[in-house]
Amino acid sequence: MKALLIRDLQLATRAGGGFGLGLAFFLIVCTLVPFGVGPQGGTLARIAPGILWVGALLACLLSLDRIFALDWEDGSLDLLATAPVPLEGAVLVKAAAHWITTGLPLVLAAPLFGLLLHLPDAAQPWLVLSLAIGTPALSMLGAFGAALTVGLRRGGLLLSLLVLPLYVPTLIFGAEAVRLGAAGGDPATPLVFLAAITLAVLAAIPFAASAALRVNLR
Amino acid sequence: MSLWEYANPVKFMRLSGAVLPWVSVAAAVTLVVGLIWGFSTPEDYKQGSTVKIMFLHVPAAMMAINIWVMMLVASLIWIIRRHHVSALAAKAAAPVGAVMTVIALVTGAIWGQPMWGTWWEWDPRLTSFLILFLFYLGYIALWSAVENPDNAADLTGVLCLVGSVFALLSRYAVNFWNQGLHQGATISVAPGDRISSAYSYPLYMCMLAFFLLFLALLLVRTRTEIRRRRTAALIAREVRP
Repeated sequence: MKALLIRDLQLATRAGGGFGLGLAFFLIVCTLVPFGVGPQGGTLARIAPGILWVGALLACLLSLDRIFALDWEDGSLDLLATAPVPLEGAVLVKAAAHWITTGLPLVLAAPLFGLLLHLPDAAQPWLVLSLAIGTPALSMLGAFGAALTVGLRRGGLLLSLLVLPLYVPTLIFGAEAVRLGAAGGDPATPLVFLAAITLAVLAAIPFAASAALRVNLR
Repeated sequence: MSLWEYANPVKFMRLSGAVLPWVSVAAAVTLVVGLIWGFSTPEDYKQGSTVKIMFLHVPAAMMAINIWVMMLVASLIWIIRRHHVSALAAKAAAPVGAVMTVIALVTGAIWGQPMWGTWWEWDPRLTSFLILFLFYLGYIALWSAVENPDNAADLTGVLCLVGSVFALLSRYAVNFWNQGLHQGATISVAPGDRISSAYSYPLYMCMLAFFLLFLALLLVRTRTEIRRRRTAALIAREVRP
């Protein structure tokens, strides 16, 4: 499993792997929003938590179809399915690799983007914390969507239709935590809910995703 | 003799063919009677004649949720016992459920414009219905995207299971996010503020009508799916020498 993780990370960081693409996309979203709503700091500060979370969600969505598609094309997914490592474990590792290459950079760079959108300083730690707790769930749910659509020729659009509704609870609690933090409240409650969703997703979704993979591989 | 015998497509076709005309007629009669009865009720002292939208709105909303539950049960039966009729019934139910969701959303908007002064409000119930509609769309899209019918049934079954959990989760998560404008339930066995019996009996009639309508549509659509499967099998046999 460790070897698989290292292999996936290497594939993602080599040329053409798309590493950092999500981050660049996130930057573009944060640049475009002020053009759309006007440069007033007050307006931006109000909508910043939502924009940052929606941006993170879309940036994560961007690279989802790569989780299994390349391995499916060159046949290494079949080898993974027959490997001594259970497929559930392989799915978990693949989602973890996706999180390290897209989710983790977002978490680390989020304060910078928060600055761009005039997010109040009090909310910055909550933004980082909520993204750190929430984005693993995004990667895992995305891996489930990617597993469902891996055999399809035009899976990309369908993937976003399948995955985005699943992101709703994570988005609600994540953005709510940042909003409460910005207003000076105590965001513990949404953060606890967020953590509960992430843990439940990490525990249960690998089974659903690998069931879908097995169907697609037969 | 058990219920599972009807999982056999031949038996299902025979039974459903016999039942279908009765269900269809019953659905038509209850729908006409329920709607006429509903629209001839007195006007509400506060809502005026707009209260009558309820006779479409409430049964459609109820069926939209119940159809998803029916799809969940059918998907489970398919995944556990591999009965094809069950998978096809889930496939056949999805578009009906999506239309019911749209009916509920549209009638709600038409009622909301004079009553709340807005076509749309990000209220928990409205929002979760919109999310339910998205789940229906994703489910239908996945069915039509996968070519192998057995794979499609398996994949949509898994999606239905995961989607049910998340639809339910979203329903309660949106409560957290915004307080509601939509009224609570006024039909319940628990004591409290209840709907007047002048409205409730026609409403029960409309609920029965919508249920029968769904049953008739479900039978017709499932029979169509089975026939389509048979035609595909016949064509496959013809092509093979």
